[in-house]
Amino acid sequence: MKTRLPIAICFIFGIFTLIQYFTSDPTMALIYAEILDWMQIIFVFTLLVGVVTIFKIHSIKIARQQNNWPYSLLTIIGIAVMAILGFTRGTDWGSPFLWIFMNIQVPMQSTMFALLAFYVASAAYRGFRFRNKEAAVLLITAIIVMLGRVPLGHQISDFIPRVAEWIIDNPSVAAKRGILIGIGLGSITTALRVILGVERSYVGGK
Amino acid sequence: MKGLIFTFIIWERLPVLIGTVICIAIFFIVTYLVKKKGIGKIRKVAGLAAVDEAIGRATEMGKPVLFTPGWGGDIQRPTTIAALNILNLVAEKTAEYNCELIFPTHDPVIMSAAEETIQNAYIHTGHPDQFRPDNVYYTTTSQFGYAAAVDGAITRINPATVMLLGTFEGEALILAETANLVGAMQIAGTDSTIQLAFFLVACDYTLIGEELFAASGYLSKDEKIISSIKAQDYMKIIIVILLLAGAVLATFHIDTLKEAIM
Repeated sequence: MKTRLPIAICFIFGIFTLIQYFTSDPTMALIYAEILDWMQIIFVFTLLVGVVTIFKIHSIKIARQQNNWPYSLLTIIGIAVMAILGFTRGTDWGSPFLWIFMNIQVPMQSTMFALLAFYVASAAYRGFRFRNKEAAVLLITAIIVMLGRVPLGHQISDFIPRVAEWIIDNPSVAAKRGILIGIGLGSITTALRVILGVERSYVGGK
Repeated sequence: MKGLIFTFIIWERLPVLIGTVICIAIFFIVTYLVKKKGIGKIRKVAGLAAVDEAIGRATEMGKPVLFTPGWGGDIQRPTTIAALNILNLVAEKTAEYNCELIFPTHDPVIMSAAEETIQNAYIHTGHPDQFRPDNVYYTTTSQFGYAAAVDGAITRINPATVMLLGTFEGEALILAETANLVGAMQIAGTDSTIQLAFFLVACDYTLIGEELFAASGYLSKDEKIISSIKAQDYMKIIIVILLLAGAVLATFHIDTLKEAIM
């Protein structure tokens, strides 16, 4: 029952969603809008479960004084302060909630994003090492494309940007489309497997 | 009656409807044929063949396996479902080997589904006592907040294996490189072609394109799932034929079919 009920729900709603996509029937559109509202409601409830999980995990860490427990304390204080400020003083411009968000959360997120630059460099170094024929092709292609996208490439030869453009527009696009067709077909068959109840492992079925 | 059908269907979507019907028909025909004639051969996928090795490595080292489905997807996305299917099989193996499995996510719905998936896998393998609900946790819906949380977990926990399977965006390379820094073996797969390029250079094994969706069939050896993978191959053949026909028609400027569809 624990497996069959979710599979039955998946089948009913999956078939309904599939049919409603191709129809202009107002009743079906209305039911679909209702389903979307329900999804939002379910999300909010699970968000509550998620926040409770955060509190539970970090409270245990604090209570047992496990490694790095002061960070757990900081996490709980952060959540509590933001929730209290949000509920009591609002989230509009000029509110303490938004001030903290713009001056603490946003810079922290930007810092994480900025790390990407360094990680791109280290990944490129490892990826473009001259280890075998395939790696050599990757290295040469990367050099041509990179040179073709900066003024230095133009200064060396007008031929480099043209080759770079050709690589991006032809072999690169062809490979991307091949992968995208595979992903599209994979998505279709996965969706069909879920709707028809063939795929049950995500609900713990066999 | 004819008028009713005419107003009921969105005619601009008719080509999609025909495509969908063809896909469903192929799915059923191939499933029937496989049932009659047997599964046949499924090619070796290096990334999936390495799953056993990766979990075995973590068990030998006494370190956990970290599995995360990325920030870009929600539970409605087929990629997330594909990731959860792989998670189920990974969880069965970690339960058998008595290896710790950690699952951080950005989406509370995925967290609930993953918790259920892992718990059921532990029950199926006869090790319900080993399941630790605290190891499946929600981080935050913020993209780089999630990246920071998973990064921090990788650095502190120092897992032997990191599985990045699902929909990834800008956080993909941050996570893959952090896993590389701590010396973890990485198995990655995503439906984003941009992030796929990063995974290819940064990870040990990468599932490309449809390999991510074929994973549950490959790992479980389930006849019905493998038949759907076979159906996918037939769909691909049809697409190749259509592409070739399109190229020929476009070369000779024959636009009748294109105008009929558009």
